[in-house]
Amino acid sequence: MQPNLEPIILSRTGTMIAHKSLKIIVTFTLALALLPFNAFAKADPQAEESKEFNPTDMIMHHIGDSHGWHFFGEGDSSFTLPLPVILFTDHGMVTFMSSEFHHDTEGQYVVEKDGMRFVNYHEDIYKLDAGAESVAFDEEHNVLNASKPWDFSITKNVAAMLLTVILMLIFFFGLAGHHKKNKNAPAGFNNILETLVLFVRDEIARPQIGEKEYMKFMPFLLTVFFFIWITNLLGLLPGAANVTGNIAVTVSLGLFTLALILINGNKDFWQHTLWMPGIPTFVKPILAVVEVLGLIIKPVALMIRLFANITAGHIIILSLIGLIFILESAGVAGISVPFALFITILELLVAFLQAFIFTMLSALFIGMAVAEHEHH
Amino acid sequence: MDLITPEVGLIFWQTIVFLVLMLILAKFAWKPILGAVRTREESINEALASAEDARKEMQNLKADNEKLLQQARAERDEILKEARQLKEKMISEAEGEAQKKADTIVAKAKESIEMEKRAAMADIKNQVATLSIEIAEKVIGKELSTEEKQHQMIDKMLNDATLN
Repeated sequence: MQPNLEPIILSRTGTMIAHKSLKIIVTFTLALALLPFNAFAKADPQAEESKEFNPTDMIMHHIGDSHGWHFFGEGDSSFTLPLPVILFTDHGMVTFMSSEFHHDTEGQYVVEKDGMRFVNYHEDIYKLDAGAESVAFDEEHNVLNASKPWDFSITKNVAAMLLTVILMLIFFFGLAGHHKKNKNAPAGFNNILETLVLFVRDEIARPQIGEKEYMKFMPFLLTVFFFIWITNLLGLLPGAANVTGNIAVTVSLGLFTLALILINGNKDFWQHTLWMPGIPTFVKPILAVVEVLGLIIKPVALMIRLFANITAGHIIILSLIGLIFILESAGVAGISVPFALFITILELLVAFLQAFIFTMLSALFIGMAVAEHEHH
Repeated sequence: MDLITPEVGLIFWQTIVFLVLMLILAKFAWKPILGAVRTREESINEALASAEDARKEMQNLKADNEKLLQQARAERDEILKEARQLKEKMISEAEGEAQKKADTIVAKAKESIEMEKRAAMADIKNQVATLSIEIAEKVIGKELSTEEKQHQMIDKMLNDATLN
């Protein structure tokens, strides 16, 4: 017993020291935070009463898509990058810049184009019926006096997506250029990129898909990995778009995986999905239903996982910052800013992790579809 | 809720953008990058294999060298041993011969000394005899001047002679 005591005592003292310093930090932060909190709480709240802060609207506005890229400011004085609005109506295609709405998202400002009138109501664009001045809704939020045209606008998310595309083209054309010029291993940033490319190849594609088939899927896996990762990271910048936290984006990415599974699934895969061998015949149709459901659920899980993880991270950060305005005290910043910073750093990890998981599971599902089964 | 309703426009753009990006990168980036990496890996593997071969060759050579060296060493030892033996033999032979020669010289010397001695003795004897005769003549001339003295002499000599 005697010799075993020493490490326990040592580790105890270690944790005690850690606890002590943590306690000091927490006490210090709380003291910092609560001192001004008391002072501000007594201040007159009537001054700000006219403009009530709605955290849900603020968060939804930040994580949702929009027709212009808003950076800072309010109303007409805000700094917003105008983006093209592309609409398909019954009378053909209509295009104009988002700045024509004059930062209005309440359906008040009417834009007239080609004899049609459009309003932007919470970033949904409606075509007003003849005679209507502003969009109106019934109790169930069904639109009464307008119709919704097909909206193929270059929204903030599309613009952010294109930014990722530009970055990826610069990065990987650079790396490819290096390889065209010389045979040596690249140095510096190109070396990092190559390491990541090799990571996708050796840790994701090769083990999941197998030596024989993996090269065929490398373009998809590499593109999806870097696209998600870079977009995730860009999404963490202030004022950036929440691209990978948008369900439409993840649906599209998930559909790519599903398409690859369906196109590349071999005979064995389809046999095991639709008519599982080696079981009683009456079970086969039941299992087929389960398998087909599983086939669809796999990419759906991919879509939801990426969307939910990224959106959740953004919501947490925005909520923490929103606390300052909900409690109407700058002192809350003493707590919520460090916490938001902590979550942001965590999000840096999540950005990589989600890109990795999406790519990994895509590779796994593809690998299952192309695997050569041993014949029983 | 807006959050979980996918917008068709965004799905469309995402699909188009992603597809185009994938095709462009596949052709102009992934293919050359992966190709170059594979070529490099192959060349590294080849280099490693050839290094391993060279190492083995080297080891063989080293072993051969070692063997040769050992052989050479053994040969040298053999030669040295032979030489030593030869030397010893020669020395011992020379010693034997020298001994023999010395012996003969000594023997000869002894012989000649003996001879000289004998010759000297003979000479001395002769001289003594001559002297004796001379002395004897003189003595006899004096002593044997009378008959009596002559007899006395003879008797005495006869006595001496028997004593000898």
